[in-house]
Amino acid sequence: MDSIAEATYWLIRGRELFLFLHLLGLACFAAIAARRLAPLLRAERDFRFDRPLARLGKLVQFWLAQWRHPRYRLAGVLHILIFAGFLLLASRAFTVLAMGLSDRFIDTGSGGFYGIVRHYATTVVFLCMGTAIVRRLVFRPARYGRPSADPIFLLSLIAILMAADGVFEGSQAAMHAQAGPAEFLAPWSLAWICQSAFAGAALATLRNLHLGAYLAHEFTFFFLLCYRPFGIQFHVETSLFSIYFAKLDRGTVKPVRWGVADQQLDTVPSFGVKKLEDFTWKHILDFYSCADCGRCAEQCPANAAGRPLSPRALSIKSRDYVFRHYPVWGPSSDGTPLVGGLYSEDEIWSCTTCGACEAECPLLVEYIDKIVDLRRGLVDDGKAPQPLHKPLKALEGRGNPFGKLEKKRADWAQGAVPIANGGGVETLFFADSITSYDDRAQSIGRAVARILGRLGGNFGILGAKERDSGHDVRRFGEETLFLALRDHNTEAIRASGARRIVTADPHAFNALKHDYKDVPPVEHASQAIARAVRTGQIRMKPVENGVYTYHDPCYLGRHNGIYQDPRDVLDAIPGLRRVEMKRSRDRSFCCGGGGLALFYEAQEEQRMGVLRVRMAAEAGASVMVTACPFCLVNIEDAIKVAGMEGQMTAIDLAELVDRQMVS
Amino acid sequence: MEILVCAKRVPDTAENEIQLNRAGTDIERDDLVYSVNEPDNYAVEEALQIAARTGGKVTVVTVGGDEDEEVLRREMAMGAARGVLISDDAFQGSDGRGIAAILKAYVQSEHYDLILTGVQAEDGCAQVGGMLAAMLDYPFASLVTSIEVLDGRKLKIGREIEGGSKEINAIDLPCVLSIQTGINEPRYVGMRGIRQVASVPIPTLGAADLGLGPDAAGEAAAKVKRVDYFVPPAGKGAEMLQGSREEIMEKLMDLLKAKGGLN
Repeated sequence: MDSIAEATYWLIRGRELFLFLHLLGLACFAAIAARRLAPLLRAERDFRFDRPLARLGKLVQFWLAQWRHPRYRLAGVLHILIFAGFLLLASRAFTVLAMGLSDRFIDTGSGGFYGIVRHYATTVVFLCMGTAIVRRLVFRPARYGRPSADPIFLLSLIAILMAADGVFEGSQAAMHAQAGPAEFLAPWSLAWICQSAFAGAALATLRNLHLGAYLAHEFTFFFLLCYRPFGIQFHVETSLFSIYFAKLDRGTVKPVRWGVADQQLDTVPSFGVKKLEDFTWKHILDFYSCADCGRCAEQCPANAAGRPLSPRALSIKSRDYVFRHYPVWGPSSDGTPLVGGLYSEDEIWSCTTCGACEAECPLLVEYIDKIVDLRRGLVDDGKAPQPLHKPLKALEGRGNPFGKLEKKRADWAQGAVPIANGGGVETLFFADSITSYDDRAQSIGRAVARILGRLGGNFGILGAKERDSGHDVRRFGEETLFLALRDHNTEAIRASGARRIVTADPHAFNALKHDYKDVPPVEHASQAIARAVRTGQIRMKPVENGVYTYHDPCYLGRHNGIYQDPRDVLDAIPGLRRVEMKRSRDRSFCCGGGGLALFYEAQEEQRMGVLRVRMAAEAGASVMVTACPFCLVNIEDAIKVAGMEGQMTAIDLAELVDRQMVS
Repeated sequence: MEILVCAKRVPDTAENEIQLNRAGTDIERDDLVYSVNEPDNYAVEEALQIAARTGGKVTVVTVGGDEDEEVLRREMAMGAARGVLISDDAFQGSDGRGIAAILKAYVQSEHYDLILTGVQAEDGCAQVGGMLAAMLDYPFASLVTSIEVLDGRKLKIGREIEGGSKEINAIDLPCVLSIQTGINEPRYVGMRGIRQVASVPIPTLGAADLGLGPDAAGEAAAKVKRVDYFVPPAGKGAEMLQGSREEIMEKLMDLLKAKGGLN
């Protein structure tokens, strides 16, 4: 009576019918998946097979434990429930499929504890689908953009799958109940509700319901399987891989070509991404994995400022381009160029590499490396934006983007800081270009110098021998120039004999820490100050008034995880009242970008800095403290643009400490 | 179409603090950073775009010393097929006419359909292009802001004229054009591009190769000599506009219109 395999369907025995359908479904999926694999195999290399333990750790944290999902409370909780439901129901799905082939797999009892778990899992997933559909259709969260039929269709299919299972089991239990004691179904589960609803039905009707539900399950299951590689639902399969192979090292930029040493770069015929296959396989896998949830775009400052960039749109249109370029059927149907066709140049240059998108993405999709690779392609083709030509040329000629003379590089110090030239100097203060030459930022350099002086120990600067760290030269795609700057600085730093490096510029900090090799350990000034405050080496007098807020620089916070040290320093100032902006720590909002971003004016409706200053005002702050010369310059500019002079001031952490220090 | 672009190496005005030497005869040249004369980049870019449309190749020539090879390499990294360095101790101290005579001799030793120069050298007088055309008896147009290749041996060129108006001319090939900046967006050349052409040989031609005697170029032939070099004293023309932001903006607009800064 329960048999699926022995029943006949349109004169065909179940066993044969389902064997055929299973095999057909699997064959279709295999064929489609193979086509999806094709571009990955033709893409650039990417070394992601190292450090398996670290990768497994990521898998446990971000895949199994869904670590980032609760950052968006409701959607996150829904997703965790659905994900947990899928995991719990995986073995049930196989059992149900097997029932079509042999009666041995039919449950006769209640299924024990797993039975109860899966009854509720089916029900919870079903309810989540309903909630998600209502959410998308009625409440329409802004980050999903225009309502689209695709996710609704997907959610409905999963709901049908769950309902089919409920009807399948409910009808079976109802049949059993008419003959004697039935199996136990978890109360108020879908199956239980179906059993109650069908209790009075005729045996033949129940039998038809049972077989019908099985057929519905069969078709929906395999349709879903084969439909998944066509859209956002593909992440069900790909997320496991994209999280396992996710980038492990924050703050770094991928090499021009994996497996090609810097010294061999001259032999590489083309730099960066110019055509689809120039992306690495992992980056194409990222396109597949993007679930179009829009969290990245909602956090992206470029998007908020109205620049023509949305990380989400970048992923989705790239994915669609891959699909058109490598279609499942027929010849490639899209030959449009990547940049200038799929992406606009302004889009590619709009990114400040702040990393907000990457910090938010639950699937660990990478953006910065892709943007940098696209820029490398543009630079290689001579298409660096016009406003960057002069700063790049000046970086080549003079080692700074402003075209200022090398011999004036130490002028900011006004002779108060010794030049480190081999031996005797323990700490090297790496100022970098903006602190060396910008009138406003120079005061940060002098403040740090006074603080370092207070801390004792001898320190010095490279002076005329220092060149730009090249941090943003690299991130703007000019790898060759970056390598020249890096090699020059590395030699000068090593010749200085210093045993450690301190810098007040998070961009230089990130470069020295992640992009440079064979240089002494580097520390950001805020770390050194925080340590001195903790040990009592620095004591500060009370501040009079004002409400302070701390703005996390991207390359100190998100890219290097230094959130607490600067806050601890602020909290150590007596009488200082500190408030947090809504967007702080790893959700900090970029001020507009550092390095070459100062020279590039993207099309935008609003300056990022202006948006940021308003956020500070909204938090009730009157003083914005930051720990980056670029942030300071951008924010002070933005205060003027926003017409908020008098209501808001900006100060660097080092300047503030220098002002408040008591001897 | 075979195109020749004449380029020059000049102190980069964006990256130097130009100061006079003590004698007042020249600028202080220690510690200077040199680069390609900016308008010449536009001429090379335009030449490359024409060659891409019509076929043919672009040659860049400069008159100078060994150190001037760097500007040829930079323009070759942009895409010029060939660089030619004209260098001879006998050319030291040439005036504009001397340089034009040297270039004339070179042009006559080869075959070029079109000769482009930048609108002027940043350290020069915008004279060589016109003189070169006259010596070659070629037609000449200055301040060219657009070039269209017509059928046969003709170009349609746009020229910028005072006040921002533009005129369109037809000009016969071969001709000499001086290219105004802004005609295009010159492509970016980085260190990588220069390194890729680092081993391409650059022929060097001297006075003997071009059949030039001391009466054609060099110090003895120069009829224009620099007698002084000075920085003009700063004027007292600064005027601070007063009032609200709107008033200041209005006054500024009026001033710009009155002084011809806006049309």
